[in-house]
Amino acid sequence: MKYLMLKHYRGAPEAVNDHPMHEWSPDEIDAHIRYMDEFADRLRESGEYVGGEALAPEGMWVRYDGEGRPPKTDGPFAETKDLIAGWMIIDVDSEERAIELAGELSAAPGFGGRPIHEWLELRPFFTRLESVTEA
Amino acid sequence: MEVGATVDSELVRGLVPDVLAGLIRRGADFARAEDAVQEALIAALDGWPTSPPDDPRAWLSTVAWRRFVDTTRSEAARRSREERVGARAPAGVARSSDDTLELYALCAHPALTPSSAVALTLRAVGGLTTRQIADAYLVPESTMAQRIARAKRVIADTGFAGPGDLGTMMHTLYLVFNEGYAGDVDLAAEAIRLTRQLSAMVDEPEVRGLLALMLLHHARQPARIVDGRLVPLDEQDRSRWDRAAIAEGVVILTAALERDRLGPYQAQAAIAALHADAERADETDWTQIVEWYDELRRFGDHPIVLLNRAVAVGEAHGPDAGLVALDAVAPTVPRRAAVAARLHERRGDLDLAAGLYEEAATAAPNELERAHQLKQASRVHAQLRRS
Repeated sequence: MKYLMLKHYRGAPEAVNDHPMHEWSPDEIDAHIRYMDEFADRLRESGEYVGGEALAPEGMWVRYDGEGRPPKTDGPFAETKDLIAGWMIIDVDSEERAIELAGELSAAPGFGGRPIHEWLELRPFFTRLESVTEA
Repeated sequence: MEVGATVDSELVRGLVPDVLAGLIRRGADFARAEDAVQEALIAALDGWPTSPPDDPRAWLSTVAWRRFVDTTRSEAARRSREERVGARAPAGVARSSDDTLELYALCAHPALTPSSAVALTLRAVGGLTTRQIADAYLVPESTMAQRIARAKRVIADTGFAGPGDLGTMMHTLYLVFNEGYAGDVDLAAEAIRLTRQLSAMVDEPEVRGLLALMLLHHARQPARIVDGRLVPLDEQDRSRWDRAAIAEGVVILTAALERDRLGPYQAQAAIAALHADAERADETDWTQIVEWYDELRRFGDHPIVLLNRAVAVGEAHGPDAGLVALDAVAPTVPRRAAVAARLHERRGDLDLAAGLYEEAATAAPNELERAHQLKQASRVHAQLRRS
């Protein structure tokens, strides 16, 4: 079963070790990135990794604006409450395993080299319709 | 190359477990032999369209053995060892289905996670390529390759003794079947093929029951999803059901039941057979289906069994009885709200039903069911507005 792990710039409940990244030392930033890379490598090795990317903080809103007109764009808005920083998709055998992995990712070191304890959003994917659902 | 475009890929796949068992008999270890067979398989799918061999089995065996010897030699060279495994091939041992059965057991080893057992079974016994398996499960090929490599390490560490656990073999095949149609591989059809093979090797009523269950459910697929919409059992166009598959499933099941060693797969197949037996939905023998659910409960009060039993009780004895049966089902069980909604709608409690259909849509595990439940909610809301 597949899960999406979402990391937020904004919008998640406050982390335990909550400091903006520009306050971290360069070594702490390196250590953080290394932790994330090694985490992904471990998942590749265990055969549970599907994909992941980090996202730029600034984007825009886009919507259809009617026949024959170009799409309407707006933003970015500084006040957007929910801002996603990155995502990782995992394919695991159970919800317990997904929670375990999200917990590990949330332990990534941050300010002072201590775990960030950041809240990650864990969302299951829709599955395929199974061959047997009603009997 | 498009797999199967010019090569009979099912024929090639059917040879895989036999060829693999042959390599192991000649002294190869499972992990390396399995890699070698996979390489030979890919070479076959690649080369056979232009130069088909006279004897496909011999071709695969020869190429796989050569790959195995090459790999082992280069590894041995790397480690500065003087191993010449190729020399110790005791050829000419008679083929036996026991070897293939042992492969089934190995691939569904109880020490493996379900997803690893599925992947390894599809590759080593099913003869699918890593890429096909990766495509079917929508993961990168490298991830699937790792999953398989890891599974083989687990088996190598755990070792293999005894006849194997038929229960995990059947469960693994059931999981493959339930994944349905995915990518360029029909996993349900593949599961049926492998279960048929297993059923030919072991004289066990439950394996026959599993095969019958798969055939009977697979027969309904053409009527179950139409134009991307999920059609519930009672609304399906039963003329679209695959009558040949149903007939085969019923024959297999009947013979299995006569052995008088009932198991959960046989009981589920019996329920599926009763549905198949009804030409129209309102001719379904729900009383007998309830009895089969009571048989099924003897093997454990699985929440899904209790939920489906509540459906059957509702149909056989009315929605009030169905709701009483539903009390035994925990609120967290998937699809419970959908069943409750239907029972309350039949009692005429449309307000409650509408809310429950919405709940069912939110709890739906896939898009097809979500859309279906949303339409139910919308239908009942419209009814409420009119009244």
